Amino acid sequence: MTARMTWARILLYAVLIIVSLVYLTPIYMTVITALKAPADINLETAWQTPSRLNWGSFGQAYAKLGPNIMNSIILAVTATILSSMMGSLNGYVFSKWRFKGNDIVFTLLLFGMFIPYQIILIPLFQTLRQMHMYGGLPGLILAHVVYGLPITTLIFRNFYAQIPASLTESAQIDGAGFFKLYARVIFPLSIPGFVVTFIWQFTQIWNEFLWGITLTKYASNPITVGLAQLAGGEAVSWNLPMAGSIIAAIPVLLIYVLMGRYFIRGLLAGSVKG
Amino acid sequence: MLVAPSPASLHYHASNTLERWPVHLSRDRIIAFAVLLPSLVLIAVFVYGFIGQTIYISFTDWGQGAALAENPQMHLIGFDNYKELFTSFLHMRFRQDLINAFFYTVSLVLGSLALGLFLAVLLDREPRGEGIFRTIFLYPMSLSFVVTGTIWRWLLAPEGGINVLPSFIGLSPGRFRWISSRQQILTFDWQSVPSITAIVVALVLAFLAIRMWRRGTHKRALIAAAPAVILVLWAIFGQRLMPQMVPIPEKHGFNLATIGVMIAAIWQFSGYTMALYLAGLRGIPVELHEVSRLDGANDIQYYTRVAFPILKPITLSAVIILAHISLKMFALIFAMAGADNSATDHPAVLMYLTTFRGNKFALGASIAVILFLIVALFIVPYLVSSYREQRKRTS
Amino acid sequence: MQLKKLVIATLVGVALLAAFGTVMADNLTGKLEIFSWWAGDEGPALQALIDLYSAEHPNVNVINATVTGGSGVNAKAVLKTRMLGGDAPDSFQVHAGQELIGTWVRADRMEDLTSLFQQEGWMNVFPSGLIKLLSTDAGIWSVPVNIHRSNVMWYIPANLEKWGVEAPKTWDDFLAIAPALKAQGITPLALAENWTVNHLWESVALAVLGPDKWQALWDGTLSFTSPEAVAVWKTFGKILEYTNNDAASLSWQQATDMVVSGKAAFNVMGDWAAGYMSTTLGLTPGTDYAWSPSPGTQGIFMMLSDSFGLPKGAPDRDNAIAWLELLGSKEGSDAFNPLKGSISARTDSDLSLYNAYSQSAAMDWQNDIVAGSLTHGVVANEGFMNDFATVMEMFLTSRDPQQAANACDAIARQNGIGG
Repeated sequence: MTARMTWARILLYAVLIIVSLVYLTPIYMTVITALKAPADINLETAWQTPSRLNWGSFGQAYAKLGPNIMNSIILAVTATILSSMMGSLNGYVFSKWRFKGNDIVFTLLLFGMFIPYQIILIPLFQTLRQMHMYGGLPGLILAHVVYGLPITTLIFRNFYAQIPASLTESAQIDGAGFFKLYARVIFPLSIPGFVVTFIWQFTQIWNEFLWGITLTKYASNPITVGLAQLAGGEAVSWNLPMAGSIIAAIPVLLIYVLMGRYFIRGLLAGSVKG
Repeated sequence: MLVAPSPASLHYHASNTLERWPVHLSRDRIIAFAVLLPSLVLIAVFVYGFIGQTIYISFTDWGQGAALAENPQMHLIGFDNYKELFTSFLHMRFRQDLINAFFYTVSLVLGSLALGLFLAVLLDREPRGEGIFRTIFLYPMSLSFVVTGTIWRWLLAPEGGINVLPSFIGLSPGRFRWISSRQQILTFDWQSVPSITAIVVALVLAFLAIRMWRRGTHKRALIAAAPAVILVLWAIFGQRLMPQMVPIPEKHGFNLATIGVMIAAIWQFSGYTMALYLAGLRGIPVELHEVSRLDGANDIQYYTRVAFPILKPITLSAVIILAHISLKMFALIFAMAGADNSATDHPAVLMYLTTFRGNKFALGASIAVILFLIVALFIVPYLVSSYREQRKRTS
Repeated sequence: MQLKKLVIATLVGVALLAAFGTVMADNLTGKLEIFSWWAGDEGPALQALIDLYSAEHPNVNVINATVTGGSGVNAKAVLKTRMLGGDAPDSFQVHAGQELIGTWVRADRMEDLTSLFQQEGWMNVFPSGLIKLLSTDAGIWSVPVNIHRSNVMWYIPANLEKWGVEAPKTWDDFLAIAPALKAQGITPLALAENWTVNHLWESVALAVLGPDKWQALWDGTLSFTSPEAVAVWKTFGKILEYTNNDAASLSWQQATDMVVSGKAAFNVMGDWAAGYMSTTLGLTPGTDYAWSPSPGTQGIFMMLSDSFGLPKGAPDRDNAIAWLELLGSKEGSDAFNPLKGSISARTDSDLSLYNAYSQSAAMDWQNDIVAGSLTHGVVANEGFMNDFATVMEMFLTSRDPQQAANACDAIARQNGIGG
């Protein structure tokens, strides 16, 4: 149905535009600060656009952040894939293969989502060290996979709960066991679920800071740590961290721009209801 | 009057499981459990094992003197750390942090839900360029808290941030000090915490009593109502019988400085709730909208009477996620207000400082455990009730 | 300006190396992991040291493991997590004094460096007041890389002239001229977030107590609830009336910016402010901006020092010792400090390498009484400093001097100040 330009419609657009401007204000601030020369950055002129565009900020920031970006990509992609796969299998088990104590176990698993990271920081470090996994990306990947299990399992369990029994039953009549059932019936239907978990996990892992800084040594620092390095120190030229944050946000931003629609569709398919 | 359809697809049905085919199940069931096992073991160690270790540490005195020795000396001291946190006047900051944490969580949840719902309803009207608007509202989620904190710190600087904006249209600039504000409203004395708790518990009991009365279980209602009345009487008249909380009167309240942090957090996460609600609204069959219109309902009535009730399960899962996020606000507060701004402080920040700057590992562990218990307080009822619902449906 | 210093420093370093370095056979191999929280603008100074080291020991792989953010809190979190797990770096940056001693020496994690000091002849080159602050009865614990001064007050001479005021010599003088400035809409004293308030406090305390009583607080011979100590909080409260009320949301550079732009008259900050004003803002020391000791502290040099120690169990101990030798040497000092904007701890540094501010600071360093900073880890251990930040927050809200003094006394006792 086509919408006519009634007053209600105009009001709708007006509200949307005003809210959008509010939402975009921080990015405006980030961009203009990134483009200023260090000496021009102060509170008085915070809102003014730069007189000369200092594109060099991006080059400098990228030079410092380059290796970190690579680390973050490896970290986020690997950890996302692993935790999503395991979440999918777990969700499949919880939703389709009931066993005694199913719900209690699931509840206990879910509880792991709510642990403040500070609680487990020191024991996590010591455990990783004993496993000889401290300092590099594998340890960080392991940490993110483990602590991502509760939410990915939740998403997939809720998602698979809606797959009607008729589909699974017909495959079972054909003699499909656990894995065949998964491969033939469940997995092909999982795309929306995977979209939601990928987006969520990728975002969380890409943006995580505390473990990134404590569990990796210099060479394996992810990008959040690299950013903090830019913004740390006693005398900061703010154009660099601002440029750096724009660079750091680009991969995830791209994912949202390109896959935002699928994100909504994935949620629509019932991934996080109930 | 239109009856909202039971959202059958939204709940988990036992008939979707494979119970009717036991022939294949024994071997496959073992496989299923085996597939699950690695995750269970990992969680057991990395979550519950570590929590246990932290709880143990909180009962020791690790943090005096040679805390960082290779084999630090730890002696069990029972609940002393906890006692100290709640009664020593040096830990006034911790007690205020608890109040702050309460306001942070409540504001993040309510604010994100409200704003997200509002935006979702707007976008549900299918304006042109919906995709662009949706991306604009969703993109803050893609940022790290560190980035958000740094940018908003600039935006809320009292002398150069958004306070300056009114001057662009000729009004005088804003005077609010944002995160450097030391103002506090809704102040109360810590000594009155027992009274306040008593009244809150009484209200909950009264609410339950009324519900039970309505359902006809009068006896149970009276059992619930009696303690409610006693608690209220005690709160009002029994001041002298209250336990002494702290040695000197101590003012606590809602710190206005936290408003800045809340704005940043809501900005970042309302996109997520918007996406959830939008998906929910889109999931409502179009026929329902048509039918409600035929019944004479205008759009507002459609939303409030039909759509919102269907969205209730979404609200529940959104609350879960948002509560999970509010714990991670550590990074936001750290980046935005700095580690030492006591007005915006949160127990998570205090724990980090106490442990890694003050070397007081056991005290830090106690703060962490308290933080954890508070989260459990909100999560466990939800998990238990959803577990009970599953049970009801499968029995 | 920066490039010129870099060139000079490198030439000096290379010249000295040519004279000494190539003669000695270098058989050090393996790696050297240096842990610090220097980054951003401080990076080049550390890099200069690393370059010197690599030139002397070409077979050692130097790993520059910096961790920034949170004014060192993140670095401390990482370092402590590692040390608890038994994974010590070869050497780590730490503020000289109680921050090191109270945390690491007491836990028996550091090696005594007395023999190194004697071997390198540092006992005669570093001022005795400094060595006392670096030591305990059981030895000397770190090698100072630089010295920063805490009790400096900064101002713009042209602005002072415009307003018709002079840089105050005591806090009473300040309190006399402040109301007039405030009436004109100028903030008399610019202040920033919490740690800068602590920083101001120690200057005020030093002025009210004098160097002997200041040290007595930390030795345990003067109580925090004594009348003199309470007087510090009373004076401090009066001074705070003349600071900006958006302080908590400002970084220290933004407070300095207030002075430069004329919105504020004075700012008490460590001498890294000189680096900021000279290098980032491009101002000339002496003409565009000027300094004096913070009111009431003339003749006293309140110091803080970045230093490196030798942890027990350092994986590459010989490489680490070579690093420490470089840090305390004249070449190392002269390569690092001009770039960092600090001065050398040695009393024999080549002053021609430094700018006008640093030269005046170095002269003072040689002549003044040395006192230790509280905010930057010299006189009190980390437990106390952490709690003190909370006490300061309490004071900022309540402005009650007696309450603050009592709280200080309580935390001093809890953290074992004064033994």
